Amino acid sequence: MSLYTDIGGEAAVNAAVDIFYRKVLKDARISHFFAGVDMDQQAAKQKAFLTLAFGGPNKYSGADMRRGHAHLVAKGLNDSHFDAVMENIGATLTELNVPANLIAQAAAIAESTRKDVLGK
Amino acid sequence: MPKITYGGQSFECGEQSVLECLTAQGVSVPHSCGSGVCQTCKMQAVQGTVPVAAQAGLKPTLAAQNYFLACVCHPQEDIEIALPEQKIARIEAKISGIEYLNAEILGIRLKPAQPFSYRAGQFINFYKDEATSRCYSLASVPALDHDLLLNVRKMPGGHVSGWIAESLRAGDTVNISEASGDCFYVPGYAAQDILLIGTGSGLAPLYGIIRDALANGHTGRIKLYHGNYSAAGFYLVDELRKLERNHPNFTYVPCVSEQGAQAGYEQGMVHDVALRDNPSLSGWRVFLCGHSEMVKAAKRESYLSGAAIKDIYADPF
Repeated sequence: MSLYTDIGGEAAVNAAVDIFYRKVLKDARISHFFAGVDMDQQAAKQKAFLTLAFGGPNKYSGADMRRGHAHLVAKGLNDSHFDAVMENIGATLTELNVPANLIAQAAAIAESTRKDVLGK
Repeated sequence: MPKITYGGQSFECGEQSVLECLTAQGVSVPHSCGSGVCQTCKMQAVQGTVPVAAQAGLKPTLAAQNYFLACVCHPQEDIEIALPEQKIARIEAKISGIEYLNAEILGIRLKPAQPFSYRAGQFINFYKDEATSRCYSLASVPALDHDLLLNVRKMPGGHVSGWIAESLRAGDTVNISEASGDCFYVPGYAAQDILLIGTGSGLAPLYGIIRDALANGHTGRIKLYHGNYSAAGFYLVDELRKLERNHPNFTYVPCVSEQGAQAGYEQGMVHDVALRDNPSLSGWRVFLCGHSEMVKAAKRESYLSGAAIKDIYADPF
C-alpha cells in the first residue's frame, strides 16, 4: 500500500487543502507571501503540493518548484518560512486524525522539496 | 474510437488524454501538473459528454457548464471542445423595457431573437459597437422571467452605460453575447445555508440567484446583505421585502457605509456587517458580487471564517 492510499487518496487531499491553506493565511509568519494572490488558483496549487506530500500522482520536478518560488525567494522567502509551512502541514494532518507514522512520511516528502523551494 | 473536435479539426485520441492528443497535433493548451490537480488545462465540452473523472475537483458550477480537465480526460464518446475564452457568439435582442430603478440604476428588459440559455447570476456582454462592450449580470431567472433583466448603473462618463441611458429606448435592437460566468446556484444540498453579499448593482446577479434557489425549493437560510454608500443607492426593496414575507428562510439586510445611524439600515461596510452577523461560515455557500475590493476582501474573510473555497462564488465588477 502506498502512502497516498493509506492516507485516504484524493478525498483526504480535498479535506486537507481547505484546512491547510486557511492555517497558512492565518499564520502571520507567512501570510504576507499570499497577499493579493487569486485564492482559487492558489488553492489548486496547494492541492497539488499536498498531493505530492501525500505521495500521490504528480509531475512536479525540482525545476518547477524552483521556478514557482523564485519570485518569493527574491522577496525574502527563507528556512523559517518553510518551517512554518511544515508546521501547518503537521497540524492539518493531526486535525484530520491521520496516524503519526503517516504524518512523518508526508512530512519527509514535503521536507525533500526544501532546497528547490528556497532556490538553494 | 471517439473523436475530439477542436477549432474545426477532428482528432482521434487513442490511449492519449485530450491534452496529450491536442499537444501532439500542435494545439497549444495551457497546462502544468499533468495529473488533474492544478486545473490549468481547463477546457469546455460544447458538444458531447466528458467522463465524470475528468471533472473531479472542479467547482459544481464549472462542472455544470461541462468544463473538464484536459490532462485527465479520456473521452468515451465524440466530443467537441473549446478553450474557456472561445465560444462567444453574438445574439440580437430587442429592448422590451427600460426604466430607472433608482437615481442611477437602469432596469433593462431584453428579448433575445433566438433561444437563449443561461443560469441566473451569469453575465452577458452588451455591445455598443464592434470594439466597445461591457459585462452586465443577469437579474432574471430562466424559469420565472420571460425577459432577460439587467441592472445597469449609469457611470459618470461611461461609454456604454451613458449610451444606454441617453440613446436606447424600448423597441430598439441591440447585440449581446451568450451568457457566461460561474457565479450561480446549483440545485442540491437544499438545507445548506447561503450568504450573499453585494454592493450597488452587484445586487442584480444575487437577486437572480436568490429567486432561483427559492424556486428550486432551497430550505437552508438565505441571507442577503446589500451595501450602498447611502440610503439612495437601494433598489428592488419592495420585491426583496415581499420575498422575505413569502419565504421565512430568506432575510434581506440593507447596509449603508456613510457615517451616521439611519433607521432601517445596518451601518458599516457590507462585508464587515455580514461577517460580524455570521462569524462561522463552516458549511455555508457564499456569493459575492460587486465592487472588486469588497469581493476580494469578503472572499478571503469568508474563507477564513470557515467557508470552503469550492463553496465561495465571486463576481467582481
